[in-house]
Amino acid sequence: MSKEDHIPPRWLDWLLERFCAPHLWEEVQGDLHERYQLRSKRTSKQKADWLYFRDTISYLRVSIFKRKDSLKPILTDMLRNYLTIALRNLIRNKTYSVINIGGLAVGMVVAMLIGLWIYDELSYDTYHPNYVHIAQVMDTRTFNGESTTSDLGAIPLANELRTKYANHFEHVSLVWKNYTHVLAVGDKKVAQSGVWTQPEFPEMLGLHMIKGSRGALKDPSSVLITNSLSKALFGEKDPLGQIIRIDNMAEVKVAGLFEDLPKNSTFYETKLFLAWDKAVSTFGGGVKEAQADWDYRNWRIFVQLKEGTDIHTVNNIVKHIAQPHIKEGKEEILLYPMSQWHLYNQFENGQVAGGRIQFVWMFGIIGVFVLLLACINFMNLSTARSEKRAKEVGIRKAIGSVRTQLIGQFLSESVLISFLALVLALAFLWISLPFFNQIAHKEIHITWASISFWTIILGFTVLTGLLAGSYPAFYLSSFETIKVLKGALQIGRLATLPRKVLVVTQFTVSVTLIIGTIIVYQQIQFAKNRPVGYNREGLVLIHMNTPELYDTPYNFLRSQLLLTGAVKDMARSSDPTTDISYIEKNISWKGKDPSLVPLLGSFAVTHDYGNTLGWQIKEGRDFSREFPTDTGSVIINEAAAKLMGLKHPVGEHLSSPGQPDRIITGVVKDMIVTSPYQKTMPMLYMLEYKWSNFIMVRLSPSLSVHEALERIEPVFKKINPGSEFDYTFVDEEYAHKFSDEERIANLATIFTTLSIFLSCLGLFGLASFMAEQRIKEIGVRKVLGASVFSLWQLLSKDFVLLVSVAFLIAVPVSWYFSNSWLQQYEYRTSIAWWVFIASGTGALLITLLTISFQTLKAASRNPIKSLRTE
Amino acid sequence: MRRSDLGEFEEIVLLTVAVLTPNAYSVVIAEELEAQTGHTVTTGAVHAALQRLEDKGLVNSQMGEATAERGGRRKRLFTVTVAGSRVLHEVQAVRDRLWQRILPNALPKIDLA
Repeated sequence: MSKEDHIPPRWLDWLLERFCAPHLWEEVQGDLHERYQLRSKRTSKQKADWLYFRDTISYLRVSIFKRKDSLKPILTDMLRNYLTIALRNLIRNKTYSVINIGGLAVGMVVAMLIGLWIYDELSYDTYHPNYVHIAQVMDTRTFNGESTTSDLGAIPLANELRTKYANHFEHVSLVWKNYTHVLAVGDKKVAQSGVWTQPEFPEMLGLHMIKGSRGALKDPSSVLITNSLSKALFGEKDPLGQIIRIDNMAEVKVAGLFEDLPKNSTFYETKLFLAWDKAVSTFGGGVKEAQADWDYRNWRIFVQLKEGTDIHTVNNIVKHIAQPHIKEGKEEILLYPMSQWHLYNQFENGQVAGGRIQFVWMFGIIGVFVLLLACINFMNLSTARSEKRAKEVGIRKAIGSVRTQLIGQFLSESVLISFLALVLALAFLWISLPFFNQIAHKEIHITWASISFWTIILGFTVLTGLLAGSYPAFYLSSFETIKVLKGALQIGRLATLPRKVLVVTQFTVSVTLIIGTIIVYQQIQFAKNRPVGYNREGLVLIHMNTPELYDTPYNFLRSQLLLTGAVKDMARSSDPTTDISYIEKNISWKGKDPSLVPLLGSFAVTHDYGNTLGWQIKEGRDFSREFPTDTGSVIINEAAAKLMGLKHPVGEHLSSPGQPDRIITGVVKDMIVTSPYQKTMPMLYMLEYKWSNFIMVRLSPSLSVHEALERIEPVFKKINPGSEFDYTFVDEEYAHKFSDEERIANLATIFTTLSIFLSCLGLFGLASFMAEQRIKEIGVRKVLGASVFSLWQLLSKDFVLLVSVAFLIAVPVSWYFSNSWLQQYEYRTSIAWWVFIASGTGALLITLLTISFQTLKAASRNPIKSLRTE
Repeated sequence: MRRSDLGEFEEIVLLTVAVLTPNAYSVVIAEELEAQTGHTVTTGAVHAALQRLEDKGLVNSQMGEATAERGGRRKRLFTVTVAGSRVLHEVQAVRDRLWQRILPNALPKIDLA
C-alpha cells in the first residue's frame, strides 16, 4: 500500500472541524487518524473509509460541540462588582452623575407628562359605555362651492332617522344647545349649564345613576342632575322629588341623580338634563314651527347605532336624505362618531379633516425628541468619559472578561442610572403634575395602582437604559486590551464623529423648537394685535335668560341704568359680540349675481348698539331715533360691502323673500366677531328690538369696574328678582378665542426650554471633558505664551461649529413645519427672517455661555499644575 | 445530581481503562472492545463514554505524547480515579454476591465451549 492510501477522506475532517470545539480537536482528530491507520492496515481502503465515516458521525454530539467554558465567575459576584464599580463611578464624578441622572430624569418627566397628556386626549369620551356606537348627525351645506359643516340639524331629519331608518339606529335623540340656566330652590340660586333633551339621551350617554333612572325624562316635569349640583342645591338632603325652579319660568322635579361626568367628556359642562317636551310647553323655542321645516336647523341630533352596524354603511344610506326636502343648496348628512369628536374637530367638504389630533402628534414627537436629547447626553458623556474608563476595560479584558461581559456591565450600569433617574422623575412628575394640569387645562391623575402604568413605565425605563447605554457599551467594549493598557489609545477623528453627530442632532431639535415656538407666539400676537373694531374695555354682557328680563321695557331699563351714573350706555342685541348664531342666505340686492348665495352673519340690535359698542362708521350714519324710518334699515360691515360689490352701498335696498326691504344706512369698520384667525364675516346689523337675547352695558370709565357693577346690580335685582345678577365681560370672552393657541404656546415654551436646558447640560459635560482631555496641551500652550482668550477661542471653536451646522439644518426644517402650521389660519403672520437669525444667535450665545464656564476655567488654570506630573 | 450510576457501556469502558492503564486512550479502548465483543465500536462512542466518566469523576485524563500515526497529534490518556476504582469494586461485589446466590440449575444450561 502506498502512503497516499492512508489519508482519510478530507471532507469528513473538514466537516468535523467545523463542528468540534477547538480544545477537543487535537485529540479527536488524532484518535480518528490513528484508528484509520490501524484499520487501513487490516482492511480495504473502502471499508476503512466507511468506518472512518461512521466514526466521524459518531462524534457529532453536543458534548463535542460545546465550546470550552471560559473562566466563569459566579454570576452574582460579578453583578455585585458591576454595581460597586457603577456606584463608585457615580460618586467619584459627581458633576457628571448629576448631569446624567438629572438630565435623564427631566427627559423622562417630559416624556411621561406628554404620554399622560396623549393618553388623556385619546381617552376622551371613553367614559360613555356606548362610546363606539354613538354619533352626532352633522349637516354639511354647500353654497357657491363652499361647504360649511354644522352640528345643528332640523327636527324632521331626526324624525325621519327615527322612523324610516329604525333598523340602523338603537336611539335617535334631539338635544338643545347647552345653555346656562338659573336654578332656584327656595332662596338658593345657582347658575349651571344644562340641556333640554328627548328622553333617550341619558340612556345613550350611559350616565352612571346614583339615584333614580336614566329614563326619567319621559315625564316632562322631571330633571336629572349631577351629584355636585345636588350638593350645591340641597346639601346632604335627598334630592329625589325636590322641586327646582328653572330660569324663573318652569318648575321641575328631581327624578335622578348621576355621577358628575369627567372632564374628558364632551358633556362635562352639562350638569342637568331637562325634558324636551317641557321646553316646548314652556317657551316653545320654535319647535312647533320647525316640526316639518327641513331648513330650520337649530338642534343637535345624536344617534346610537345598533350593535353590529357599520357606521360608514349607515352613513352612505342616510347621506342624502335631507336633499329632496330643502329649498336651496346642497345638504349632506355625516354621522360623526363619538371617537372623533374631540380629536378630529375640523371639517372640510363635509368630511372630517383633522383638528386636535395635530397637537397629539406634535407633542408626541416633541416628547420623543426630548427623551432622545436626554439619551444623547447620556451617550455623549459616557463615550467622552471612555478614556477614563478605558484602563478599566483593559484590565478587565486582561484578567479574562469577554466582550459580552463588558457589554453587559455597561448596559447594566446604564439601566441602573436610568432607574435612579426614574425615581427622580416620578418625584418630579408628582410635583409638576398639578402645574401641568393647570397649564394644559386638564385633570390628569396618575394611576399609581394600575399595573399597566407600571408596566409601561418600567419597560420604558429599561428601554431608555438600553438605548442610552447601547453606544457606550459597544464602543467601550471594543477597545483593544494591549493598546489601552499601553496608553496608546488614540481616539481619532472617527471616534468623535458619532458624538458630533449627536450634538448636532440635539441642537437641530432645540433650534427648531425655538423657532417654532417663536412663530407660534408671533401668530398669536399677530391675531391679538388685529384691530377688533370696537372697544372691549368695561363692556359687560347679560344673558336675558328669564321672562322678567325680556319683559322689562327697553327704555325703562336703559334710563334706570343711566341714572346710576355707572353706565355710559346700554343696548340689546340678538347675539353676544363674540359669536354669530344666525347666518342669512336669502339676501339679495341690486346687481347681485343670481348664482351667488351670500352668507351674511346677522345681528338684531337696538338704536344704542353702535354707541355702546363703540363701532366706527365709515360711510353713512349710525341708527338714529331722529329718523323713524330707521326701523326698517340695516348697517353692514366693510366685508359685506365688498361681498355685495356696491360702490356706494348707503341707500341701497336689501331684500329677502317674505320680508320688507331694508335700506342700508351705514357701513361700519370690520369687527372681529368669530375667530380672530379667520377672515371677517360679512355682517348685517338690523334694527330689531324683539329679537334681543343679550343686554350689553358699557360701564363708565370714571368708576372702577367693581364700583360700577355694584351700582348697577340693584337695578337688575329689582327688575329680575328671581335670579342672580349674572354677567360676563366681553374682553374675557374675547380672550377665550386665544386660549387654545395660548395653551399650546405655553406648553411648547416649557418643552422648548427643557430641551435647550438638556442640550446645554450635555454640552456643559462635554466641554468639561474636552478641557480635561486637553489639559496638557493647554498647559504647554500657556507656557509658550498663549493668552486666556486665544485658549478660550481654541476650545470653543469646535462647539460653535457644531451649533452652526445644527442651525443650518434647523432653518429649513423649522420653516417647513411652521409654514404648514400657519396654513390653517386665514389671518396669519408671515415668517420673518429675523426669527431665524435671532434663534441662531440665541442658540450660539447660550452655547458659548455654557461652555465658557468650562473653557475659561481650563484656560486660566496654572500650567504648572497640569504639567508637573507625567 | 446523582451521576454515580453507571451505564453498561460506561462500565465496560471504565473496566477497559483499568485493563489498559497506563496506555488507555480512545483508540486502543475501542480496538480492545471490538476485539473482546466482536461488534464494531466507534471511537466517538468511546470518547463520549470517557467524557461522561470524566464528568462523573471516575477517570482522570492528561495529554500524552504525539505519535506519527496520529499525524503528530497528542492523545488523551485516561486513568481510573479512586472513585472509579470504588465504583468498579462495588459493581463487581454486587455481581459476585448475586452470582453466588443463584441456585444450581436455576439457569438453563448453555454450552460455553
